[in-house]
Amino acid sequence: MSQKNEIPDHGLLRFLTCGSVDDGKSTLIGRLLFDTKTILADTLSAITRTSEKRGMGAVDLSLLTDGLQAEREQGITIDVAYRYFSTGTRKYIIADAPGHEQYTRNMVTAASTANLAIILIDARKGVLTQTRRHSKLASLVGIPHLIVAINKMDLADYSQETYERIKGEYLEFAAKVGIEDIRFIPLSALNGDMIVDRGDKLNWYEGPTLLEMLETAPAAHTEENVQKREKFRFPVQYVCRPQDSANPELHDYRGFMGRVEAGSIKVGDAVTVLPSGRESTVKAVQLGGVDIGEAFTEQSITLLLADEIDTSRGDMIVKSSEVPAAVKQIEATVCWMAEAPMDRARTYLIRHTTRDSKAKLAAIDHRLDVNTLEKVPAEKLAMNDIAQVTFKLAQPLFADPYLENRGTGAFIIIDESNNNTVGAGMIL
Amino acid sequence: MTQRNTLSHLDWLEAEAIHIMREVAGQCSNPVLLFSGGKDSLCLLRLAEKAFRPGKFPFPLMHIDTGHNYMEVVAFRDQRAAELGERLIVRSVEDSMKRGTVVLKHEGESRNKHQSVTLLEAIEEFGFDACIGGARRDEEKARAKERIFSFRDEFGQWDPKNQRPELWSLYNARSHKGENIRAFPISNWTEMDVWQYIEREGLELPSIYFAHTRPVVMRQGAIVPVNVPLVSGEIANPSKAGEEIIDLQVRFRTVGDISCTAPVESDADNVSKIVFETATTTITERGATRLDDQTSDASMEQRKKEGYF
Ligand SMILES: Nc1nc2c(ncn2[C@@H]2O[C@H](COP(=O)(O)OP(=O)(O)O)[C@@H](O)[C@H]2O)c(=O)[nH]1
Repeated sequence: MSQKNEIPDHGLLRFLTCGSVDDGKSTLIGRLLFDTKTILADTLSAITRTSEKRGMGAVDLSLLTDGLQAEREQGITIDVAYRYFSTGTRKYIIADAPGHEQYTRNMVTAASTANLAIILIDARKGVLTQTRRHSKLASLVGIPHLIVAINKMDLADYSQETYERIKGEYLEFAAKVGIEDIRFIPLSALNGDMIVDRGDKLNWYEGPTLLEMLETAPAAHTEENVQKREKFRFPVQYVCRPQDSANPELHDYRGFMGRVEAGSIKVGDAVTVLPSGRESTVKAVQLGGVDIGEAFTEQSITLLLADEIDTSRGDMIVKSSEVPAAVKQIEATVCWMAEAPMDRARTYLIRHTTRDSKAKLAAIDHRLDVNTLEKVPAEKLAMNDIAQVTFKLAQPLFADPYLENRGTGAFIIIDESNNNTVGAGMIL
Repeated sequence: MTQRNTLSHLDWLEAEAIHIMREVAGQCSNPVLLFSGGKDSLCLLRLAEKAFRPGKFPFPLMHIDTGHNYMEVVAFRDQRAAELGERLIVRSVEDSMKRGTVVLKHEGESRNKHQSVTLLEAIEEFGFDACIGGARRDEEKARAKERIFSFRDEFGQWDPKNQRPELWSLYNARSHKGENIRAFPISNWTEMDVWQYIEREGLELPSIYFAHTRPVVMRQGAIVPVNVPLVSGEIANPSKAGEEIIDLQVRFRTVGDISCTAPVESDADNVSKIVFETATTTITERGATRLDDQTSDASMEQRKKEGYF
């Protein structure tokens, strides 16, 4: 696949920003968009007008990320918003989750698709309860890379000492929680120091700018996964049977359509279809009906097998040498997302990959107090609670531990009465 | 395939969109793909080919025609559907007007926002439980929080406070009878991504996307095409007495109802020139080209609550 406007393409990076209210999250995002020239003139003049209307001197870049009417009126953000910018070499998707106490679920949602998190700290305040909570949540949701950005350095005299002190505080905490890949950076989001440009106030800092860190962070989790020698996991989304009797080639065509959730696959590989356990080999790997020979994580493809095997949505194709266990009971970390607390007596629907199963809560092991990060006993699960639980399942699932593979370790919980998504789970 | 293990950004976006379309096909019993002939929906068609060929699409295509669409686009729409051999349903706002379900405030009122009524009528007529649309989150502030699978109640309403959390790529397209899911496979694409994809895939587009000369007038700083011939033989946007008509070289960045889509001045007559212009433009897609959004910052949100795409 050739690109005519040839520029090196370092793929796509999804990240989220977390911080307490007023740490400067919106300003930081506005800054990234502005300094990478994503903000266009008409948007800028609109926020300039608004800034003036609100009696502010300088243009308030945080207005760029203001969302919906209701929230604008309340002056707070209450949901995850997605923003985009591109540097020419890499495309970025920012998940912007608000930092309010009660919105754990929003952060979990934003983190679920992110590969990197920026944790913002106000240089005047240092490591706060919320900082710890956000970091813990980021690690629970399996975000492999953290950048701790110490912001508002302009209000702390750009002091290296302050920066080092906060860094030390954070590292002490991180060691306890077991967070590994952390990088630190001093910033002034307001003035734009060390975001895209270095500025001239932080000369003692010799590391990369924030944008340089983002440019070189591993893209989607594919690179790392290949190194981890991930097992091939292919949940079947849809089966293509054109049954075109006029066309002999299509007459017996049976394509299993889905996305490679992990690992890689090529023509000739021996595979097993679950739950039937039937074995075959890969006859073709296709995209849009065209043979591509092999495929890896995150590619949407169509698999054709050498043997006729009855397969439908909800089945999973794996390599015969790496068959996962079928489980009818799962232990998981769950974040409850609905207003109504979880009802222990009720049956819920669990959706894992393309497979659904009825599920009942068997036990709540403990709840995580997101402020103290202590495990506490719990009888029920309310909105924004995070807990370790056990579910009994009506149908077997083919699961991997979440920290090994997000795609086959994650599930959502659905309330069948109103079809709402009421919880998110990560298999232990 | 090469040894490369990181997908290029276009390959990643393509794979995501294919996955979303297949989820719609796998989870919904009677979906439809909204197809206008515009660039975003042409990308959707290419993605649907990648998702479902050699099979047929597991959904028909549908256009809600305001009757005030550019002839070139309408012709292109029909041609593309025919080439693909897929079924195209057209429902028109004018029929809703005849039924009395759409009442214009005055003759010249834009029919754009009335598309919602016709769309809901068509959803009911065919019993569609999901509509695949080409909306993108970068188009407008109110879309930044839109889900990829967006839930609409029986009145087609979108309630920003009552949307399902959407995690990982586990989409919940469940709905009860009468309710509806809107699915947006290219949510995460920007205008630039769309043009780059069109370039990479060599997609054909209606001619009005490329620089051409047409009569326009300037109204409140916007370029307004005038005296536009319609399929019906009528003329849309007649110029007003005293207005100076100029022949300007323009192209459209979005196409839609004539009353609310303005072109930009441009000499980009092929896709690579457009990609270049998009990379260096200083005005947003909607800011430049949507005459209807300028009234209020929140007008899109208002329309969405009323059932707009
Ligand atoms: N002095 C200074 N002020 C900042 C900086 N970053 C953000 N602010 C200000 O802090 C306030 C809160 O910032 P905002 O971005 O809205 O925070 P959010 O609640 O985390 O999104 C605003 O008045 C910003 O102008 C910074 O680096 N230095």
